[in-house]
Amino acid sequence: MAQIRVEALDKAFGTFHAVKAASFTVEDGQFLCLLGPSGCGKTTTLRMIAGLELPTAGTIRLGGEDVTMNRASARDIAFVFQLFALYPHMNVRRNIGFPLKCEGIGAAERDRRVVEAARILRISHLLDRSVSGLAGGDRQRVALGRAIVRKPKCFLMDEPLGALDTEMREAMIHELRALHDRLGATTVYVTHDQLEAMAMADMIAVMNNGVVEQVASPRDIYDRPASLFVADFIGSPPMNFLPFHGSLQTGAQAVWLGEREVAIPVAREALAESDLVLGVRPEHVRFTDRGMVRGEVYGSEYLGTTQIVTVTTRYGALKARSPSSIYFRTGESVGLDFRPDTLSIFDKASGRAIRTALYEGGAHG
Amino acid sequence: MSASNAAHSVVEPSTGSRRFAGLLVILYAIITMVPLAWIVLTSFKSPDDAISYPPKVLFKPSLEGYCNVFTTRSRQTQEFIQTLGAPRGLCDNIARSRNMVVAGPSNYVPRFINSLIIAFGSTALAVALGTLSAYGFSRFRVPLKDDLLFFILSTRMMPPIAVAIPIYLMYRTVGLSDTRLGMILLYTSVNVSLAVWLLKGFIDEIPREYEEAAMIDGYTRFQAFVKVVLPQATTGIAATAIFCLIFAWNEYAFAVLLTSGNAQTAPPFIPIIIGEGGQDWPAVAAGTTFFLVPIVVFTVLLRKHLLRGITFGAVRK
Repeated sequence: MAQIRVEALDKAFGTFHAVKAASFTVEDGQFLCLLGPSGCGKTTTLRMIAGLELPTAGTIRLGGEDVTMNRASARDIAFVFQLFALYPHMNVRRNIGFPLKCEGIGAAERDRRVVEAARILRISHLLDRSVSGLAGGDRQRVALGRAIVRKPKCFLMDEPLGALDTEMREAMIHELRALHDRLGATTVYVTHDQLEAMAMADMIAVMNNGVVEQVASPRDIYDRPASLFVADFIGSPPMNFLPFHGSLQTGAQAVWLGEREVAIPVAREALAESDLVLGVRPEHVRFTDRGMVRGEVYGSEYLGTTQIVTVTTRYGALKARSPSSIYFRTGESVGLDFRPDTLSIFDKASGRAIRTALYEGGAHG
Repeated sequence: MSASNAAHSVVEPSTGSRRFAGLLVILYAIITMVPLAWIVLTSFKSPDDAISYPPKVLFKPSLEGYCNVFTTRSRQTQEFIQTLGAPRGLCDNIARSRNMVVAGPSNYVPRFINSLIIAFGSTALAVALGTLSAYGFSRFRVPLKDDLLFFILSTRMMPPIAVAIPIYLMYRTVGLSDTRLGMILLYTSVNVSLAVWLLKGFIDEIPREYEEAAMIDGYTRFQAFVKVVLPQATTGIAATAIFCLIFAWNEYAFAVLLTSGNAQTAPPFIPIIIGEGGQDWPAVAAGTTFFLVPIVVFTVLLRKHLLRGITFGAVRK
């Protein structure tokens, strides 16, 4: 297995700029998720790593070697497609053995490795079946078998669980991650499902409009978003945004939110008067009568152990996560308070996060 | 459970309408089979039975038609025939009963072989070229793709015979007239547009992921095309091949115009029989019956693909 290094990767299809200066590194043995809404360029980025698309600019290194312009067949990688791409005219055994046949490996050795891959994926009993009769999860395992049989430098997966039903997906998430750990693989995994990414990844690269917005661990992506987009995209419900106008000094510990002061993590940069946004996760909103923001309860969504309460305030509708034991009446006047050490501040125009004690800066754009 | 108690399905046709549909199909089959049956029956009739009125359905079968289409005969006097030895074979026997002797084989077999070579040759070429260009159009960003595809289609918008005279002159100049190669090229060029369009439809339906998976597994694009795309396109290729073959096999107008002694195919040869020794309908029918055999065999061999091919893409999977 090998490290994957993507530097300033660009891809344009005619006038459409699909990927803009994407850079990130996947360390040997790491599981990286490319996460973003559809059309954000994550699949294009993956296809460039695979060699199925050639980049307009930038470099791709696999284990230190520059493979930017190499053919897909010369890169020694494995790719798992969303729709599995199992060859319908071959049975399971021949499907898994197909990559080995290309390398000119003898029939005996080929069969030994196919059987081993099948054993790892627990599909030994299916080897002589036709692929067309298989259930979704088994098809996915066959596709994985074709990927692992060759012992490639890395695994690239393009929404491999997208075609499975929810229950199967749940099981496969754990199976995939276990497989990755067991093989000590380097994996790049494309998904638009943040829960999938959060559950599996060591590192998440969030993409939007062709730009890599942030590369960080799932925890940092959630707690310390680098941009308004990341803060909005990650989390369900997403982060609350309170727009305000103001300036910021290095070392400031509060911002003036129109009428009241709100404590924030210590600012690490100075900012002239401009439009800013205060970001707060629903679980960091507390109900208290002496709260700095007042509003009216609009409604609540019951989620079992917690509930999401929507409160209309002068900053718009804010969502708060609270224990479901508390009862809120629609129209009730409530006060809201925020946990100071968890707040994010963004520059509204550029969308970037302001550096604070919470967010120290890092990979952005 | 009795039929009347069975739940009535909204989508499944009822037994009654299914029977009615079956009846219609059988009727249609009979109507289309009548001319074929007529031809085959006529080929076994004697010349007198063939022109009798009302037509005979029951008659004494004779192989005279087949003898006549495969041989040439010359009329001789009784005295001369007496001087010859015993008749050589069945056909000589039949000929002598009509005061004739078999002079030698007819041109039917060489014409038939010409037909086989030209029809199968042009079909193979059209399908091969069609598959490659359809793949190209389907998978690559070809500049002016839509215009090119329209140009290709537009060659079929006029009847091919409209360009017969220019082609005749052109072929005479370059020495392609009355050659098998010339006819193969001609039928290929007519069929290739059909092949490109039909096959592009089939190849479009094959997900690119298959080739991409193969290329990542270490195969070149051409290997991926051969090992992954072609096996999945068999249905389309078979259906296209049948359409091309039927056209090339049946083509008459160009064959009359461009071929004569050397590369003449069976379609222009068969009607000539009429002129040779009176209206020898059994011989014409025999020649036609034989002429039907290759296309029937080919279609029967590929019938599974043909049926799937024609309905392909009609319903999304």
